[in-house]
Amino acid sequence: MTSTKVELAHRASANAAALYRGRAWWVDRVAQGVVFLGGLSAIVFILSIFIFVAKEGLGFMVADLNIKEFLTSPEWRPTEDSPTYGILALMAGTASVTGLAMLIAVPFSLGAAIYIGEFATGKTREVLKVLVELLAAIPSVVWGFIGLSIMNPLIMELFDVPVGLNVLNAGVILGLMAAPIMTTIAEDALKAVPDSYREAAEALGATRWQVIFKVVLPSAKKGLVAAILLGVGRGFGETMAVLMATGHAINLPTSPFDSVCAMTATIAAELGETAQGSPHYQVLFAIGISLFLITFVINMAADVFVRGGLRMRSKKA
Amino acid sequence: MAIETKGLSLWYGDFQALFDVDLSVREGQITSMIGPSGCGKSTFLRTINRINERHSYVRTEGGVEVFGEDVMAEDVELVQVRKQIGMVFQRPNALPISIRENVLFGLKLHSTKKMSRAKQDDEVEKALRRVLLWDTVKDRLGDVATSLSLEEQQKLCIARLLPMKPRVLLMDEPCSALDPKATSAVEDLIWELRGEYTILIVTHNMAQARRASDECIFMLMGKVIEHTKTEEMFLTPGHQETADYIEGRYG
Ligand SMILES: Nc1ncnc2c1ncn2[C@@H]1O[C@H](COP(=O)(O)OP(=O)(O)OP(=O)(O)O)[C@@H](O)[C@H]1O
Ligand SMILES: [Mg+2]
Repeated sequence: MTSTKVELAHRASANAAALYRGRAWWVDRVAQGVVFLGGLSAIVFILSIFIFVAKEGLGFMVADLNIKEFLTSPEWRPTEDSPTYGILALMAGTASVTGLAMLIAVPFSLGAAIYIGEFATGKTREVLKVLVELLAAIPSVVWGFIGLSIMNPLIMELFDVPVGLNVLNAGVILGLMAAPIMTTIAEDALKAVPDSYREAAEALGATRWQVIFKVVLPSAKKGLVAAILLGVGRGFGETMAVLMATGHAINLPTSPFDSVCAMTATIAAELGETAQGSPHYQVLFAIGISLFLITFVINMAADVFVRGGLRMRSKKA
Repeated sequence: MAIETKGLSLWYGDFQALFDVDLSVREGQITSMIGPSGCGKSTFLRTINRINERHSYVRTEGGVEVFGEDVMAEDVELVQVRKQIGMVFQRPNALPISIRENVLFGLKLHSTKKMSRAKQDDEVEKALRRVLLWDTVKDRLGDVATSLSLEEQQKLCIARLLPMKPRVLLMDEPCSALDPKATSAVEDLIWELRGEYTILIVTHNMAQARRASDECIFMLMGKVIEHTKTEEMFLTPGHQETADYIEGRYG
């Protein structure tokens, strides 16, 4: 009799305790706060970078810079008595190198991703994945060094040209640099395609290639575009290897054997030699802002392309 | 005989899933396949159209003939095998392309020259009418197929087999992802297709096997225990195991 009573009281107090906030609640609260701060800090950092770059370059860009000349003149003469700040040649340099790099990297990385994701099995696949990740970890200065000391004489000999530091050299180097990370992202995209799609297509009589081209690649389109964009971003942003392999000569390239100068490389090479706050210093920040804008536009365009493609597909009769 | 297997054994790596299976499935009938989970029903079905060979660790022994032709022969073209033998899976696996393209998918794979738009429209309509889906989807053929309900997707999965004019349809628990109402709709549809196609259907649903099949195969642990007319199996099962399973004494 009494023992039941005691037990009941016990149970009541246990129940009562369960009603109030315990340790788990506080842990939950704290974890939530930490994660929130983490998320917030990412935004704060990005905003501050943006504000810093804008502060150094935007005022100058709006007030003093001749935007038309800036964008359309190939004359980059920042240190002369009457300086001209045209970045057309720099943009052409960046674009030509990145373009060539993508011509090389896109087929290579997609091919590698398809092989690793759809054909390779077991050990081969594991080994290849590790190798690709190792390749992605090679520092860019090493690639630049390869460009300088291996590609340079090779190009001179193969094509019989006086200098081997040019669009071709930098494009190949950059393509090789970008391919591994693009491969990894593309392979993830292929892996995310449910296996039931492949099985369905195979059961309908599709060959392996038909499965890949008609089912897997279209389903993975979004991720593949992301992979390519990452490569393009890498191309625009890469500095060291490009500085070393392009020859760093201001030039509107007309052939792959012309030396060029990239936007990033120009900033890196010249920022240290300018007086802080001088027009030259500020115009370099303006180049940085332009890079920012170009990348942003490319990302937006790709986003619209991917979404537009999906919508069209669901509307088309 | 539509399907005939002789001494069919199958291994997943070291694990043997089918033991010496001899079966003949009659043309133009619905044959149901029952048995406890893991007894090898799906494996058997997946051997007929050789889709099991997707896994590199699968090894098969014995013969499979479909309408007298050796499916396992070395010089057989898988594409042709799968054109003749359609398969419906447990989970509806409509492709993430438009409804129309789903129906035309197989056909386009197999036709060497381009079909006229009118011919394509015709095929789509015929197939979708056949599975009683035309009226529901005719105004949204361009929608992504995965936006349909599961019942509609499963019907679409059947519809997309038809333009290829298969002779055999393999169905692996085609209703198990569906609610009772959808199940009965799909079941009706399968019954509709009887005669025109030879249908081999795996089911866990005794009532379904009983009302919707001509013959019935009972499997246990990778072996065929019994294969008779459906009524016979349910009225006078020839083996104790069969009786036990039918009466629900197995898992
Ligand atoms: N891909 C696979 N790899 C290895 N073993 C497998 C594979 N598929 C099936 N098995 C094994 O083979 C045996 C038969 O499986 P199967 O899927 O054919 O059974 P089932 O009768 O269809 O069962 P269920 O009614 O649950 O669908 C099971 O023991 C299963 O674990
Ligand atoms: Mg199964």
